[in-house]
Amino acid sequence: MPEYQNLFTRVQVRGPTPYPGVPLPRGDVPREGGSRNVTLFGYFGDAQVGPIYLGQLGILSIFFGFIAFEIIGLNMLASVNWDLGQFIRQLFWLALEPPPAHYGLRMPPLREGGWWLVAGFFLTLSILLWWARTYRRARQLGMGTHVAWAFMAAIWLYLVLGFIRPILMGSWSEAVPFGIFPHLDWTAAFSIRYGNLFYNPFHALSIVFLYGSTLLFAMHAATILALGRYGGEREIELVLDRGTAAERGGLFWRWTMGFNASFESIHRWAWWFAVLCPITGGIGILLTGTVVDNWYLWAVDRHFAPSYPALWAPVADPAALQGAPR
Amino acid sequence: MRFSTQVLLGLAALVCTVVIVLTFERPPVRTTQIGYRGVAMEDVANPRTLAVRVAANRLPAVPEAADTDGPKASETFENVQVLGELSVAQFGRIMQAMTEWIAPAQGCTYCHNPENMASDEIYTKVVSRRMLQMTRRINTDWTAHVGQVGVTCYTCHRGQPVPAEVWATAVLPHSGLQAQRGQNHPAPVANDSSLPGDPFTPFLLQANEIRVISNSSLPGRNPANVMQAEWTYSLMMSMSEGLGVNCTHCHNSRSFGNWETSPPARLTAWHGIRMVRDLNTAYITPLQPLWAANPRGPADGPHGARLGPGGDALKINCATCHQGANRPFYGAPMLEGYPELRLISAGPARAASAE
Repeated sequence: MPEYQNLFTRVQVRGPTPYPGVPLPRGDVPREGGSRNVTLFGYFGDAQVGPIYLGQLGILSIFFGFIAFEIIGLNMLASVNWDLGQFIRQLFWLALEPPPAHYGLRMPPLREGGWWLVAGFFLTLSILLWWARTYRRARQLGMGTHVAWAFMAAIWLYLVLGFIRPILMGSWSEAVPFGIFPHLDWTAAFSIRYGNLFYNPFHALSIVFLYGSTLLFAMHAATILALGRYGGEREIELVLDRGTAAERGGLFWRWTMGFNASFESIHRWAWWFAVLCPITGGIGILLTGTVVDNWYLWAVDRHFAPSYPALWAPVADPAALQGAPR
Repeated sequence: MRFSTQVLLGLAALVCTVVIVLTFERPPVRTTQIGYRGVAMEDVANPRTLAVRVAANRLPAVPEAADTDGPKASETFENVQVLGELSVAQFGRIMQAMTEWIAPAQGCTYCHNPENMASDEIYTKVVSRRMLQMTRRINTDWTAHVGQVGVTCYTCHRGQPVPAEVWATAVLPHSGLQAQRGQNHPAPVANDSSLPGDPFTPFLLQANEIRVISNSSLPGRNPANVMQAEWTYSLMMSMSEGLGVNCTHCHNSRSFGNWETSPPARLTAWHGIRMVRDLNTAYITPLQPLWAANPRGPADGPHGARLGPGGDALKINCATCHQGANRPFYGAPMLEGYPELRLISAGPARAASAE
């Protein structure tokens, strides 16, 4: 009898032959590479690796993704004068920046942000092809397409940041650089430029769904693991045929917080929280600079940024005084 | 669990430990509320690093005051151009003090020819004269920044011929696959972030617009973009590092741009930026030919770079005076002990061959 009452995965199910998957529809490329079991993977997920199915969409997606990855990497390597040691040491700091503002939406020289456009084009192509792959694989397996649409929510945020908003602003320079620390510095500078993004209500909603997702994930995972001894992992069966596991889980949450999700609805809660995080975030980014230029002042105008008692005499803007130095 | 897994987990734990130790500051971090409750207006300080900075910002002992009577220095010595109003005793006292402040190891001969003290043949003497006038400029025209506390030579020099915290314009390569933007490499002046590494040239030498935040909620009037914000951000990080303070020392936690609700220190800092820009353009940069003629310092040393990689003068920023303290020497009034520095003449220094 498997034992779930601990923190780490202890069960590794291995059939006599690794499961090859359901038969593929006519016309699909066959799955490749056979399959084998890896004990280490079994500690974290399923021990079976493969067979792999890439198909046309997968191969094209990886190909274009590789082009983007290479362009970004080689530009980073060029920015340290092709010094491999410095490339490794400074990797987290290096970036491929979008073009300067004066190019607007025109194609700049390659070395002044042109490579950024090329890399962005191939990366976007790769991501969209991978999305099509998740959609088509789900259909071929007879599944619903929930995963593909959740992925689309993330793609929406990606496209807002790097494509839709720059076009609305009339300049590629508004987009995010490719780079590990640089994109984080860009994020902080973005909030500073637009007067504190914490006053952007869609940013607030996005944070609600982000942290809400982690909370729901923890609550759900903890509940199912805790119900393992009563068969609580058979979640979908318990939607209709509520056994003692479902009853105990529901009772636990009614006792502790007065309300409980059902075995069906908890998965819809989780899906919508996850999906709404990038959707609302994308709306917040899209409105920034296009509709609102200073979120703090916008919140003051709308009377939801409170004013606090002053602890010191108000400071006047020195640049507004006559005869002030520049 | 297999042995290889244990080794892997051990390695992962080791990497995590190294990253944590190298990334984070060792506690404790003390937070002091400086604004209204609940709005995150706080001064953040680590007592351990603060103690180091306090120890590094002690004033030297003030020598006994000099007699102000008797003949003036200009009447007694030759070629005294900016300290002529001092008495002979005061003149001797400030010369002694300047030696201790700037060239304690080299002594008088760092600037003077011992055969002829009046001679301007050693370029450092000409530089010192201009620096004295700069000190006067700071103490009389920039009281909006230095108040009555003022500055002395020691505020920046601290016993070194070249102050520890100076900067030069970054030199960027003009060729290559990627045009350099002066950012996206570790930037020591901006807390090792990937922000622009030289925010001083555009803001503390040139007068580019620092402000990027809009004064109205709706778009249309503010052309600044996020890339510009990164340059301003880098300048602000350098000020934070140089002064040993966090953002809310000067800024409101809710709106960095809003003046009305800013702590008064922001006003002092605003004047400070203009002061540094004034000093760099009017006093430091015009001396560049003297350093270009002596790029490794005076013939007798100490030898060290007097120019930046692009051949420009080594210039000042906030850290040059502040050296990690929100007020140099934590506000100790050093100038008070040296009334001689209040008597520097404003007039233009004459040519070096005035003897």
